[in-house]
Amino acid sequence: MSKIYQAINERILVLDGAMGTMLQRYNFSEEDFRGSRFKDFPHSLKGNNDLLSITQPNAIRDVHYQYFEAGADIVETNTFSGTTIGMADYHLEDLVYELNYESARIAREVADEFTAAEPHKPRFVAGSIGPTNRTASMSPDVNDPGFRAVTFDDLLIAYKEQVKALIDGGVDLLLVETIFDTLNAKAALFAIEEVKDELGLDIPVMVSGTITDASGRTLSGQTVEAFLISISHMPLLSVGFNCALGADQLKPYLKRLAHNTSFSISAHPNAGLPNAFGQYDQTAEEMQVLIKEYLDDNLINIIGGCCGTTPEHIRLIAETAKDYQPRN
Amino acid sequence: MAETDPKRYLKLSGLEPLIITPESNFVNIGERTNVTGSRKFLRLIKEEKYEEALDVARAQVDGGAQIIDINMDEGMLDGVHAMTTFLNLIASEPDIARVPVMIDSSKWEIIEAGLKVTQGKSVVNSISLKEGEENFIHHAKKVKRYGAAVIVMAFDEDGQADTYERRIEICKRSYDVLVDKVGFPPEDIIFDPNIFPVATGMEEHRKNALDFFRATKWIRTNLPYAHVSGGVSNVSFSFRGNDRVREAMHSSFLYHAIQNGMDMGIVNPEMLEIYDEIPKDLLEHVEDVLLDRRDDATERLLTFAENVKGDVKATEKQAQEWRSLPIQERLTHALVRGIDEFIELDIEEARLQASKPIEVIEINLMTGMNVVGDLFGSGKMFLPQVVKSARVMKKAVAYLLPFIEEGKGKGSSAGKVLMATVKGDVHDIGKNIVAVVLGCNNFEIIDLGVMVPPERIIEVAVKEQVDIIGLSGLITPSLDEMVYLAKEMDKLNISIPIMIGGATTSRAHTAVKIAPQYRETVVHVNDASRAVTVAGNLLNSNTKLEYSKTVRAEYDELREGYLNRSRDKNFLNIEDARKNKLQLDWEEFTPFQPNFIGTQTIYPEPKELIDFIDWTPFFQTWDLHGKFPAILDDEVVGEQAKILFADAQKMLKDIIAENWLEAKGIYGIYPAAQVNDDDIELYNEDGSKKVTFLTLRQQSQKTKGAPNIALSDFIAPKDRGKTDYMGAFCVTTGFGVDEKAAEFEKAHDDYNSIMVKALADRMAEAFAEFLHLKIRKEIWGYASDEALGNDALIKEQYEGIRPAPGYPACPDHLEKNTIWQLLDVDKQIGVTLTESLAMWPASSVSGYYFANPQSKYFGLGKIKEDQVIDYAKRRSIPTDTAKKWLNPNIAD
Repeated sequence: MSKIYQAINERILVLDGAMGTMLQRYNFSEEDFRGSRFKDFPHSLKGNNDLLSITQPNAIRDVHYQYFEAGADIVETNTFSGTTIGMADYHLEDLVYELNYESARIAREVADEFTAAEPHKPRFVAGSIGPTNRTASMSPDVNDPGFRAVTFDDLLIAYKEQVKALIDGGVDLLLVETIFDTLNAKAALFAIEEVKDELGLDIPVMVSGTITDASGRTLSGQTVEAFLISISHMPLLSVGFNCALGADQLKPYLKRLAHNTSFSISAHPNAGLPNAFGQYDQTAEEMQVLIKEYLDDNLINIIGGCCGTTPEHIRLIAETAKDYQPRN
Repeated sequence: MAETDPKRYLKLSGLEPLIITPESNFVNIGERTNVTGSRKFLRLIKEEKYEEALDVARAQVDGGAQIIDINMDEGMLDGVHAMTTFLNLIASEPDIARVPVMIDSSKWEIIEAGLKVTQGKSVVNSISLKEGEENFIHHAKKVKRYGAAVIVMAFDEDGQADTYERRIEICKRSYDVLVDKVGFPPEDIIFDPNIFPVATGMEEHRKNALDFFRATKWIRTNLPYAHVSGGVSNVSFSFRGNDRVREAMHSSFLYHAIQNGMDMGIVNPEMLEIYDEIPKDLLEHVEDVLLDRRDDATERLLTFAENVKGDVKATEKQAQEWRSLPIQERLTHALVRGIDEFIELDIEEARLQASKPIEVIEINLMTGMNVVGDLFGSGKMFLPQVVKSARVMKKAVAYLLPFIEEGKGKGSSAGKVLMATVKGDVHDIGKNIVAVVLGCNNFEIIDLGVMVPPERIIEVAVKEQVDIIGLSGLITPSLDEMVYLAKEMDKLNISIPIMIGGATTSRAHTAVKIAPQYRETVVHVNDASRAVTVAGNLLNSNTKLEYSKTVRAEYDELREGYLNRSRDKNFLNIEDARKNKLQLDWEEFTPFQPNFIGTQTIYPEPKELIDFIDWTPFFQTWDLHGKFPAILDDEVVGEQAKILFADAQKMLKDIIAENWLEAKGIYGIYPAAQVNDDDIELYNEDGSKKVTFLTLRQQSQKTKGAPNIALSDFIAPKDRGKTDYMGAFCVTTGFGVDEKAAEFEKAHDDYNSIMVKALADRMAEAFAEFLHLKIRKEIWGYASDEALGNDALIKEQYEGIRPAPGYPACPDHLEKNTIWQLLDVDKQIGVTLTESLAMWPASSVSGYYFANPQSKYFGLGKIKEDQVIDYAKRRSIPTDTAKKWLNPNIAD
């Protein structure tokens, strides 16, 4: 049984912050994204952050390092878009296994370093499984509402490949996150179950949905409660929300979630709402105050940050979290 | 029935949850979307009339079905295809998709196809031990993995359970296999212990209902957390054709089944009598059969049934109330609710009423789509619903197109629009919606897809000679891509308007970052429903110029405002701001010497002012928004506006005829000079100082070349050797208003009380306009040849300005004291200043006159503490007092 079950009973676990925000700081150029290996690749690769695990592994390692150093218990692998569906935009479908494997390996190495130095505080690696950029229960073509750009079976194949590579690369758990279409998530969960069967192992799974706006629903239209019901058929380490909203906007939905489930609760909100320029300017101190309110309400088992959060945010969140008991 | 543990409640979901607790009422499963049970539905599916088929589903949900059963088991149908298609379509109908579905088939591949397209937690109907335990386990595992609940038929290798004993034996065995071997949550198991017909005349069917009741009770007592369901209409099979008896039988059966623990069932609500309203004698006969109370129960019921036959309860379709609303409300309703059933009918009606078919789109449909936009914006509608609205819109437009084409003589598109998600971004849902909505409105769309490099956008735009470029992006870096593209296009001298949209984009970003890079119009479109109006405005040759100007002005203002309140923005210290003041060319320019110097009162006849009234703000007072006079013909508020306007005209007549108000004004013009950059001194004719006006200077860091303005910049500096002039004024039409308003209030006539105040306000503004014109043309006379209409006046197209203390150019209310001092306002015309420096009577206007042709209205924005300290010194007041008055303008 994974050590994380013990850890989650003992304390509030801290998840890392944004990968993308950190990578933006490097201002990588097209050439940097390509590295030497994809120097002559016929398509543009700039913006393919997952690829950096191969072409700029030191940057990825460094981000993980900074988050662990700031106090994170869990870091997420740099694999948010690491499926054949996500990589199709870059014509890199063939690279999916390697991307996930390498990303997991890098995070594993950094985690093991920290665990070795502080055995009383084991560090964990969560394999990040994003939503892909297609929706299985909505049509991209309003003329043809019955059309689907991706099917459950497409997703199942894509997710199985990613899940297998993440597990092979050494992740401790899997995080199905930023779920805006629950059917996509159900395909990911189905894939995880199949891989578990095939490999004959068990692995903890976190599920994290995304409430997109003031309607209080997922992009595919489900309420908090409907979403929860739709993904509760698997034993989960935790269920929660991330992205799209800041900690304060997210709170009512987290409360509704916590009220209706006995799973552990996770949250990794954005650093506030983006300003008009798409930047997140909630400071670490401001976010810390909001997270403290979560903890005062005994709402949380796993807490971290999404878009716009940095090691500084995580440091203050971790400092606050260590004084609190996890939600029970 | 010991399920009090909330963890063990049966929980299902569509877009919304359905949680079945011990307190829940009987859960009603809709049965009409079943090809085996409804001939109509079968025909619709066979003919692929899916929209009508969806109406069947919608009618059930509207009628109260909490789950809808969907069955496509028919020999001539491709069941997998039909199930997939229909469930996908339901997913796009939020008012149907809100409830969970029951995927009903005897074929596993159809069930699995259904599970693959359902995001919520559905119910599989059904699996059983019919083909052995192995198969049963295999299917159950899959169902669990897909995240669904399951109906288990009381069926095993030996056949269907038809006795009490067989029922409980099979259900027990199924339960044990599911719970112990599969790990299936017991609360997700729903047994169907077979409802069979009664009163068939066959001895072995006598206990069919009774055995069902008893088995139900046993299951609910002995199989923890499991539920019981069934198809109720089976029970009355032998009474087909006699709906009266069937309805009574269904009600009675349900009544007893529920008493015994059946908690959900497939029921046709239209075939259900209310239990308490079943005639006593009929009920007795029916229950004798159901409960097997007499040996001759069947015979007796059959005989009795002959008598009640034919007296079928009329099932009236509920009148759809919204159909009787006025045409605009019907169209708006159809768009908001996404109902396209009557749209062509309504559009035809609207078309006949409109002067041109295109007006139906521009006015009626856009009014509806704006409501959709507002609801979406405020989180009261969500995306799938908006997409539905777009479809209704499309249908409406399709109907209108031939008429529009006919009017045009030949088919030409409304314009060519290039759509692209910018480089580095792969999100295109929003862009696709906009493309469709525009397409619906007769725009020709060239969609370049996602991750489109700027070079390609430019290349295609030029080659195809598009009229508008629509850029979309969801992620942050896309914002920079848009800025880059605008820059490039400007460099290449391209002049195609750009529309910006997508989740991270904003009006502010567009105004501050993109628009300044491009000489053509750049406009932010916040949602699809607005795209048509915007694109129309950009391309209509009548409105294009005006619209571009409006957008540009709006964005300039927004940019100014944004820069002024931006948190991390830079400020100049006051010395540097002064160094960057507006430098007018005083060498070349000689100020106009006024025809009159000194102070003078003026008492025009109120009727002289009427032509100067700007009516638009009058309507705003009454919360009617729109420009005058167009507002009078506005589809929505026009009626109300017309009534209001007529009432206003009537009262104006009384005001004039009965001298309700008195117009009193005063103005003064004096030699003036700019001193110490920010002050303006006014002098007597002998050169002695009369008063000093203190102006405030913009301090925010400007873009290169832009000055930090203060009003003093419009007056020649003292050391330039040129005599300049400045004026001030105060006008009122407020005397008599409060009395008149009080009279109305006393008569409980609030309407006229508000009316008289609103009109007096308008008159005071009109007076200010009237006097300013007189000043320009005669009294000062610097624009004696000016010939502007009222419209142009309202748009401030005249030369020179009349800024008022308390407004953006000079937010300092303390300046009113100086004006009062200069003109001796209270003595001369009786207008006084309150403690908080508000004017009394309220319907008064005061301000300055600047005549310099370069003078213009501007916003001061935020200032820094150093200017406040400096200002306090100049005014000789404590810094804290200065801070109090200037507080809203002090940057933090």
